[in-house]
Amino acid sequence: MSDLTKLTLKAALEGLKARDFSSEEITRAFVANIEAANPRLNTFIVQTTDKALAMARTSDARLAKGEGGALEGAPLGIKDLFCTDGVQTTAGSNMLRGFVPPYESTVTANLWRDGAVMLGKLNMDEFAMGSSNETSAFGPVVNPWKSNASNADLTPGGSSGGSASAVAGDLCLAATASDTGGSIRQPAAFTGTVGIKPTYGRASRFGMVAFASSLDQAGPITKTVEDAAILLRSMCSFDVKDSTSLDVETPDWTQSLNKGVKGLRIGVPREYVVDGMPAEIQALWDQGVEWLKAGGAEIVEISLPHTKYALPAYYIIAPAEASSNLARYDGMRFGHRAEGTTSLTDLYETSRAEGFGKEVQRRLTIGAYVLSAGFYDAYYVRALKVRRRIAMDFDAVWDRVDAILTPSTPSAAFALGNRQIDPLQMYLNDIFTVTANLAGLPGISVPAGLDKGGLPLGLQVIGKALDEATVFQVASALEDAAGFVAKPEKWW
Amino acid sequence: MAIDAATVRRVAHLARIKTPEDRLEPLADELNGILAWIEQLNEVDVDGVEPMTSNVAQPLRLRDDVVTDGSKVADVLGNAPRSADGFFVVPKVVE
Repeated sequence: MSDLTKLTLKAALEGLKARDFSSEEITRAFVANIEAANPRLNTFIVQTTDKALAMARTSDARLAKGEGGALEGAPLGIKDLFCTDGVQTTAGSNMLRGFVPPYESTVTANLWRDGAVMLGKLNMDEFAMGSSNETSAFGPVVNPWKSNASNADLTPGGSSGGSASAVAGDLCLAATASDTGGSIRQPAAFTGTVGIKPTYGRASRFGMVAFASSLDQAGPITKTVEDAAILLRSMCSFDVKDSTSLDVETPDWTQSLNKGVKGLRIGVPREYVVDGMPAEIQALWDQGVEWLKAGGAEIVEISLPHTKYALPAYYIIAPAEASSNLARYDGMRFGHRAEGTTSLTDLYETSRAEGFGKEVQRRLTIGAYVLSAGFYDAYYVRALKVRRRIAMDFDAVWDRVDAILTPSTPSAAFALGNRQIDPLQMYLNDIFTVTANLAGLPGISVPAGLDKGGLPLGLQVIGKALDEATVFQVASALEDAAGFVAKPEKWW
Repeated sequence: MAIDAATVRRVAHLARIKTPEDRLEPLADELNGILAWIEQLNEVDVDGVEPMTSNVAQPLRLRDDVVTDGSKVADVLGNAPRSADGFFVVPKVVE
């Protein structure tokens, strides 16, 4: 029999429905792949094999009766930031090592409602703070891709590095992920996978370990644009348990695929040309423009003048929100508690120093500083005003364009250990993705080509709020034109 | 406005993160690097611009003021570092 783990989500769902193979068979195939790969790729923090097989058998029983939901029997990986009832959830942090939620996140509950099977919990940067997966307390995830110029282990990107590596390495059909500044789209670009962050408010944040609540949004990482449309639909829902959840219909985005781009107006923002951007990234972007033009789209040069201020604004807003959100980790009710402390304050301070890694501590310190008396207006309030400027930039172009095309990242995947020394260098990874978070817009990364080292590169499509339909339409056309079929050569 | 070791000590205390003395200077350097980069926000004309705290334009929803959940003592205490008799056990906080 052909290798079931190489199937797309769409093809697997069809095969399951047609009873060509059982959910238990495909689940066992993934379990075997994970066990072989995990010592090298470090993608899964927890494997839930028994639970997966039980879920698969339940799915098989439903499928045998001709029943089943939209994801019936499909084995998925879950980023370790989604709370899963009875299964350890750590957000990649020692602070939450051993934490077992007594409840289920809304996003994952939606997946189980639709019949999906959980293979386990995927590694990630600690509290989603990182762009290379190196801040995880469980060690970095390794990218299945290698450059043909070197044998060095590469980063899968972050923070959803486990999700991206697992999908690229055929360790699950698809995975959940989350994106605060680019944490779905950058790892997708680094691993030749598709990742979409929907409009803020589409997917419930209930049961997602919080980082920066006004920016955090869940989405899928998948092998194809169609798979992303299928999985995103299951993930999204209106949820009264999330005060920022949008009470809107979740469309069937598969209807937006394969429609071409004839007549669509695609914006190309001149400010996304950044200093030091590799020629290959510019060439890929130009190629994307040509593909869409050839498909009948009208290319419109646009200006988003405040683009360069997005990252510095983000590095005030996100740490400020994180410093409030992560105040809950006080060693009292759950999470790590230090031993042998001398006072209540000492207990708080020591528990947090022991429980949080270096990057999390750095960001919490920045957050506390920009919110502190005397600096609140100068830093935090100013950043919120700049954020509105950035959102207004987008508002000003939507009467002239239907979607915007940019590169996903300023480089291909880099070697682990390469950029850890300089936090600023690491922060620049999100330069093209962070604007969509600040403005709450949907953005997708589609694999579009390889660099000279043979590593995948992605193009990003940004759309209007709640207009994922056009984003999927353009992404589908890019996927079609790019014909990206490269896979990492198996070395693990 | 450059951050010195004393400021880092104060802010680390605000963040309730114990920071050893020998980490204060390196942290000050790192934070100064990041804040110097952030200073470019001062170039932006934000006169008359309302701070943007949320992407969601809708007003917060209200719900009926009724009990919707509860009686889950075991769940609530399940992850406590220490608990006894249905309570969290914490260090003595009143001398």
